[in-house]
Amino acid sequence: MILDGKAPTGPIEKTWDKHRFDMKLVNPANKRKFKILVVGTGLAGGAGAASLGELGYNVEAFCYQDSPRRAHSIAAQGGINAAKAYPNDGDSIYRLFYDTVKGGDFRAREADVYRLAQVSNNIIDQCVAQGVPFARDYAGYLDNRSFGGAQVSRTFYARGQTGQQLLLGAYSALSRQVKAGTVKMHPRTEMLDLVVVDGVAKGITVRNLITGKIESHWGDAVVLATGGFVNVFYLSTNAMGCSVTAIWKAAKKGAYMANPCYTQIHPTCIPQHGDKQSKLTLMSESLRNDGRCWVPKKVEDCEKNPNDIPVDDRDYYLERKYPSFGNLAPRDIASRAAKEQCDDDRGVGPGKRGVYLDFKTAIDRVGQPMIAQRYGNLFEMYEKITDENGYERPMRIYPAPHYSMGGLWVDYECQSNIPGLFVLGEANFSVHGANRLGASALMQGLADGYFVIPYTIAPYLASLTPGTVKEDHPAFKESAEQVEAQINKLLNINGKKTVSELHRELGSVMWEDVGMARSDASLKHALKRIPEIRDEFWNNVNVTGEAGELNQQLENAGRLADFLEFAEVMAKDALHREESCGGHFRTEHQTDDGEAMRDDENFCYVGAWEFKGVDKEPELHKEPLKFENVKLAVRSYK
Amino acid sequence: MNLTLHVWRQKGPQVKGKLETYQAKNISEDQSFLEMLDDVNEDLIKAGKDPIAFDHDCREGICGMCSQVINGKAHGGDERTTVCQLHMRRFNDGDDIVIEPWRAKAFPVQKDLIVDRAALDVIMQAGGYTSCHTGGVADGNALLIPKPTADYAMDAAECIGCGACVASCPNSSAMLFTSAKVAQLAALPQGKAEAKDRVRNMTQALLDEGFGNCTNHYECQDACPKGISVKFIAKLNREYLKTVAK
Amino acid sequence: MHLFTSTVGRKILMAVTGLLLVGFITIHLIGNLTIFAGNEAINIYAAGLHSMPPVVWIFRLVILVLFAIHITFGIQLTVENSAATPEQYAIQVTQKTTFAAKSMIYTGLIILAFILYHLLHFTMHVVHTDAIEPYNQLVNGRHNVFGMVGTSFQSAFITIAYAIAIIALAFHLTHGLQSFIQTLGWSNGPSQDKVSAIGKLVAIAYGVLYVAIPLAFLFHILKV
Repeated sequence: MILDGKAPTGPIEKTWDKHRFDMKLVNPANKRKFKILVVGTGLAGGAGAASLGELGYNVEAFCYQDSPRRAHSIAAQGGINAAKAYPNDGDSIYRLFYDTVKGGDFRAREADVYRLAQVSNNIIDQCVAQGVPFARDYAGYLDNRSFGGAQVSRTFYARGQTGQQLLLGAYSALSRQVKAGTVKMHPRTEMLDLVVVDGVAKGITVRNLITGKIESHWGDAVVLATGGFVNVFYLSTNAMGCSVTAIWKAAKKGAYMANPCYTQIHPTCIPQHGDKQSKLTLMSESLRNDGRCWVPKKVEDCEKNPNDIPVDDRDYYLERKYPSFGNLAPRDIASRAAKEQCDDDRGVGPGKRGVYLDFKTAIDRVGQPMIAQRYGNLFEMYEKITDENGYERPMRIYPAPHYSMGGLWVDYECQSNIPGLFVLGEANFSVHGANRLGASALMQGLADGYFVIPYTIAPYLASLTPGTVKEDHPAFKESAEQVEAQINKLLNINGKKTVSELHRELGSVMWEDVGMARSDASLKHALKRIPEIRDEFWNNVNVTGEAGELNQQLENAGRLADFLEFAEVMAKDALHREESCGGHFRTEHQTDDGEAMRDDENFCYVGAWEFKGVDKEPELHKEPLKFENVKLAVRSYK
Repeated sequence: MNLTLHVWRQKGPQVKGKLETYQAKNISEDQSFLEMLDDVNEDLIKAGKDPIAFDHDCREGICGMCSQVINGKAHGGDERTTVCQLHMRRFNDGDDIVIEPWRAKAFPVQKDLIVDRAALDVIMQAGGYTSCHTGGVADGNALLIPKPTADYAMDAAECIGCGACVASCPNSSAMLFTSAKVAQLAALPQGKAEAKDRVRNMTQALLDEGFGNCTNHYECQDACPKGISVKFIAKLNREYLKTVAK
Repeated sequence: MHLFTSTVGRKILMAVTGLLLVGFITIHLIGNLTIFAGNEAINIYAAGLHSMPPVVWIFRLVILVLFAIHITFGIQLTVENSAATPEQYAIQVTQKTTFAAKSMIYTGLIILAFILYHLLHFTMHVVHTDAIEPYNQLVNGRHNVFGMVGTSFQSAFITIAYAIAIIALAFHLTHGLQSFIQTLGWSNGPSQDKVSAIGKLVAIAYGVLYVAIPLAFLFHILKV
């Protein structure tokens, strides 16, 4: 089937304004009659729930953490992009739009990206009004820094904790609505099913993580803002609780999973130290503003103290390969370049899986206090984990799974192919294409939450009579029974392996075969291994405890069960996409000097997969991508 | 290294709990404290026992979910470090480690080391925001906020809401938590309009939720994994005084 | 009124009444120290005080109100705080707080007990009448306060009771003085440790000066 993203036509500068005018509104007096369920309370969900509540809708919001303030948006460090052009360096909405489309390797929908660039400025204003303490100069003006994939300074930041400050801003707006009674919060509650009645999303089934009780919630619309799925790799920079579960349950109810093979591997993470590690820690990409990436030129130097290696014997590979962007090359390119050096046996540190990120030049230029002021918390974090001082000895970094550009398919109004199901932020696929630029995730989350969903949900709701389906509908009972059945099944396997052992197995297959570089052979290997691990899971996992209590093993088992189904679709998507673009690199499709080779003729589309059942072939639906404003071109950062 | 753990086990909120002893074997010094607990849990699961429930999420020291008192110190006592960022190199082979949940009337234990911190959300709901509407706000540069002021606000805003200040306070007061938000917003021009109501309502919520009163022990400042200073409590007191002076 | 019910309001009341009471003990101390200025000095001072009963009674009333506020809220806050911490840790390590801060309620109650005893002794002449009575006659139109004090401090019981109260007072002040600065919002972070140190020095000074009087009698620097 050919999907229609419903992107408005006409001059791109006018599309959002025109569309906003064309959309139907809900009468203020009627708004409170509509109940909207928002699942996930990070930047997108938190901002969305707050804004919808403020408009007068009756909102119920859900998160698995004990408070909405803990969503993993909080871990974003470096900053948020906006086309304010305060530094007078040639930035504009159009340039942000252009950079994002190009950065995404021409696999995003133009109109969505343009809207994002447009509202980026409102986000900064909104956050300032909330009291987000963005960095300022002595005169009091907002400060900017540069980020990968851009030649202008458009990144706003709050020390190394921008995500935290923006999330706390959204959380404060949400708290205000909770107090006002327009939003009801359900913390420590995990969504375990989407309830669909006559093809329309009408509610969710959740598990109260404290009591273990399965509960049904009806809603006139369901908004998913549940983040990304890179924990499918087991080791990633995501929080331990991040999972594909919410969007996968929706996919199993008919929502299309778009571009699941587009995963971002972030270049500046702290390398893995051992096999007992539970997660990887990212350090902001902003470090590459002042840090220089290098590896020894000679293999025999790799074991030496890096300070003893003369400059001439160092290979500053990013500066060498990409002279115009240098150390600020986009993430996918920087990550692959690091992998190349390590594959060439010139990696450093344990297992030789690491490259140096050296601040010596910057410290000599501006002094250590200035570097400490810019990145102090990152150096602290690095030292805590590695016990090494990054000022005195170059840091070691290695790429790690970080973000998923893919997600549920949505149209221009953030609505999935299931009417009434809206998807925001990282959980949808829409604006980042095949690769996300740094400081754009925060931008998208808040754009969707504050400035898109409050408008785009209205025409859908305006077409409904509120509250027609409630918890007494048989679909809710059926859904709750299914959820309970799966829980009982998990608890009664009583096998020998623990959930995390099996998750590690899945993760290692995904990282080796569906990671930074993928080949036909590796993907086929993965497609053989994933069902095997899934079988073993359903026959040999050991989930302790009971259903009716706080049971973290049960939570993890449910999430892994979904990863095991989702991973297969992800590998299938990667196998079908016979091109290299952005975060998706197929070794068969590269130029002579190892750069990604896109195939616009055959693959300039969104690949949206319809789940047909475990062990059945998913069906591929395509949304062709048209580029009318940014010309399709080879993405070069040389 | 091998360690002996004494861990608080409590089946549920109404059940009495007690310290149970476990062995942690072959722990590498590069493991984080929570990864050490993961290991212990794997052994417990394999032995058919209930693993230790503990809160954790980001494991990079920013979400504020992890919450354990280790050998009598909230987050283990390393300066500016959450439990998830505490590494086993800080311990020695053969050490005895006592692990307890946050203890306060306002933080009832839900299971083992997991407590209910909803009371902190209630304090925030009482006024930890500026009442700006989505959209319709002024340009970010319309308000000039000199760097020292922005830095001061940021110092306060770093709070991760973990509750270590409450856990370490002899009075179980959430004053450092409350003051961090009050001070952040009071320092910024955006927050000034509602400053009076904010400080009154948030401190009232603090009492209503069952936290104790601040009596200037300053334990919170040492326990805070983000190094939030008690100078913000002084700031809160100043803000409160303004409401008295009217 | 909000000041009397809120957590910060009551803290401020504690701080302000506490400081005013420090003012009282300062005046009291200065009066007491006249004892070193010769046998008659303190007698003249005492007589001077008693020559203006309205002032004395207003002063006493104010002090009474201050004490009432300080004690009532002190007890109330302590009760609330212990209710907020129903369970104790198996191990608790404190890093910053002091013995003085943790024992405010106890040092406070010791001081209260001593004050009542002190009033019964020197003001109302109800207890230790044997040490008081010999000096009840007016000499040169004045009470012989010097003799009264000197004779009292010949009693080991009175001296020890006095010393305990003064030690309790010093501890109370080490926490109280810096707490006052913090509570009124005059501390800015870097000043914290200095304020604490100065608070401690001042507290010790009060203790030393108060305790100097019985010591002076003990070591016969002052003689009845």
